[in-house]
Amino acid sequence: MASLNRRDLLKGLAGLPFLGALGLGALAKNHYDKDIKNQILKELNIEAATPPMPGISSETVRLGIIGFGIRGRQLTRALGYADKDWLSRMEEAARKNPKDTRLKDYLAQDPLNVRITAVCDVFDVKAEEAIAAGTTSDNQPKRYRTYQELIDSSDVDAVIIATPDHWHAPMAIAAANAGKHVYVEKCMTHKIGETYELYDAVKRSGIVFQVGHQHRQTQSFITARDIIEKGVLGHISLIQTNTNRNSDNGAWQYTIHEKASPQTIDWMQFLGNAPEIPFNKEHFFRWRKWWAYGTGLTGDLLTHDYDRINCLLEMGLPASIVASGGVYTHRDGREVPDVYQVVMEYPEYFKGSSQEPGKEKGMTFMYSATLGNQYPGRGTLLMGHDGTMELGNSLTVYPDARSTRYADMLKAGTIKPDVPLYAYSPNAKGVDGVTSATAAYFANKGLLYTYRDGKRVDSTHIHIREWLSGIRDGSKVSCGIEEGFQEAMSSHMGTLAFRTGRRVEWDFANNRIKDLDTYPIEELNLA
Amino acid sequence: MSQLPTYSKAQLNVLVLLRMLIGWHLLYEGISKLWNPGWSSAGYLMDSNWLLGGIFQAMAGSSALVAVADAITIWGLILIGLALMLGIFTRYAAIGGMLLVGLFYLSHPPLIGTHYAMPAEGSSLLVNKNLIEVAALAVVLVFPTSHLIGLEGLLAKMRAQPAAQLAVEERETELEQAS
Repeated sequence: MASLNRRDLLKGLAGLPFLGALGLGALAKNHYDKDIKNQILKELNIEAATPPMPGISSETVRLGIIGFGIRGRQLTRALGYADKDWLSRMEEAARKNPKDTRLKDYLAQDPLNVRITAVCDVFDVKAEEAIAAGTTSDNQPKRYRTYQELIDSSDVDAVIIATPDHWHAPMAIAAANAGKHVYVEKCMTHKIGETYELYDAVKRSGIVFQVGHQHRQTQSFITARDIIEKGVLGHISLIQTNTNRNSDNGAWQYTIHEKASPQTIDWMQFLGNAPEIPFNKEHFFRWRKWWAYGTGLTGDLLTHDYDRINCLLEMGLPASIVASGGVYTHRDGREVPDVYQVVMEYPEYFKGSSQEPGKEKGMTFMYSATLGNQYPGRGTLLMGHDGTMELGNSLTVYPDARSTRYADMLKAGTIKPDVPLYAYSPNAKGVDGVTSATAAYFANKGLLYTYRDGKRVDSTHIHIREWLSGIRDGSKVSCGIEEGFQEAMSSHMGTLAFRTGRRVEWDFANNRIKDLDTYPIEELNLA
Repeated sequence: MSQLPTYSKAQLNVLVLLRMLIGWHLLYEGISKLWNPGWSSAGYLMDSNWLLGGIFQAMAGSSALVAVADAITIWGLILIGLALMLGIFTRYAAIGGMLLVGLFYLSHPPLIGTHYAMPAEGSSLLVNKNLIEVAALAVVLVFPTSHLIGLEGLLAKMRAQPAAQLAVEERETELEQAS
């Protein structure tokens, strides 16, 4: 052994210098990456903490469901009462595609300790389906023919309202006056006057009131709020939001049920405060296409984007709104536009700046929608002097090339305008199974699901759960009457601007639309 | 292993260089994944296609299986890379590397009409860099060099030393006697 010569050793250990070089290189690279990351994180100081799930107490809440259409069914599922038809379809879907975890996610939902004691739907078929969905071994929901009877029932503590828009306020006001807690879908109201009435009714009654903007529970929005508060973006001057859909379903051309008839549908009750017309299946199932029942792209989809931003910036009502658009992609007799743009002005908006005082103030919120194109590349953008945030279920922040705050880091090459400064993906370790382009659209808006403790959770489930917590222990809800008032009123201003072609202004001192008496609001069924 | 091949100097240098480069590549792939706390094989598995797509996607659905796949990938790459560079257990390392990189290939084969979310490096049709690395590992396997350059050779020499030394001494004595 002693006589192994130098040559033998060199040959035997030939890998070591290569290994050493690789080790040094890898360490240097790791150090470099970490150093940059630390510099950026230190500068940004962003916390992406997950809030705890709202608690569930032993107190059972007895619920009435009013409206069991597409959304009513989804809300009932978020409560833990999926209908059999959906369950069997999801089993089949999961068998065909292992990526489809909708059933698995549903089964993993915590039970909310609620009982569906009452249902009300003016279409017999849907009412029967709602009874079936809510039935358990020890409970069968009772069907009420009218919402008043349901609200007055002593078996009901709280109601979930998922009817056409023109019914939201009358039902929510009646429920509040009866002391029943309310979860109502967006748009919170259909008309201007009832928005004030509902506000007063909720304030007076002290009920727990939640508007169905479930994205407020999405983790990325909670992180986004922290990013904005820490001034990572600098002064935000422009926000761009949008809707891109390109299907009949996405344009509210819903299926007309084969059993629909004047015998199975209580047509007069459906109409409510809408102008009286003879029985019309298309109006019943595709109500979103008419101003008499729906609120169009404004109340249906702009409200989501408006509230997504309002929950981050708390910018409230705009000083003015202009809107334009038309029926360009689904010329089927509908009234509401299918291509629609809204611009809201916030001249007083200011949340801090990296530049000299007084230089920056004011912001524009822009919403642009088409139901004739599904290009996925138009993200929600918050554009600030120091950076741009692209916001969805994940979020990405890019530094601005001309940023004041990051000028030194940009000059040093530590950060680059085309490389994200911060990227947050709640699911970096997991896998997403999004089943369609429409699902991807909704998921990316934070409307379908979010993550808690690494588990994918239906954000509607958390939103309803938060409302139930409020009912049980008085804890605060995320989208109450103040937020709802702003959502609904900005939507009505948008509709008014579109339908009259005028620039609609808000009178902050008097809490009303400026010169409202000069608008034909009675004629437009907006009073 | 009874008959270890010999090579010309140029052949040996090229073969050892190939072994070192592959080792370097696999080792760093493993280390970089080890150091990245956010890395997971789940996205890659989910994105897979073709024959094994179903199996890989089903694996991605289970967090336990993803954890196993992550560990096998990270430690497989690191150990294989180390073995190739040091020149020890290179036969097993080459076979293991072919299997591992072969699975990478099979999960994302560049077929006509398949699309992947993972960006591809360059343009490929049927043959991509993974497949070429599998073939390069086959070269490392059938043209072993660790007995000449590497720990395997050194260890063999250390074991053989006493006998070989004796043989040399005997021969020297013989020569002395003959002169």
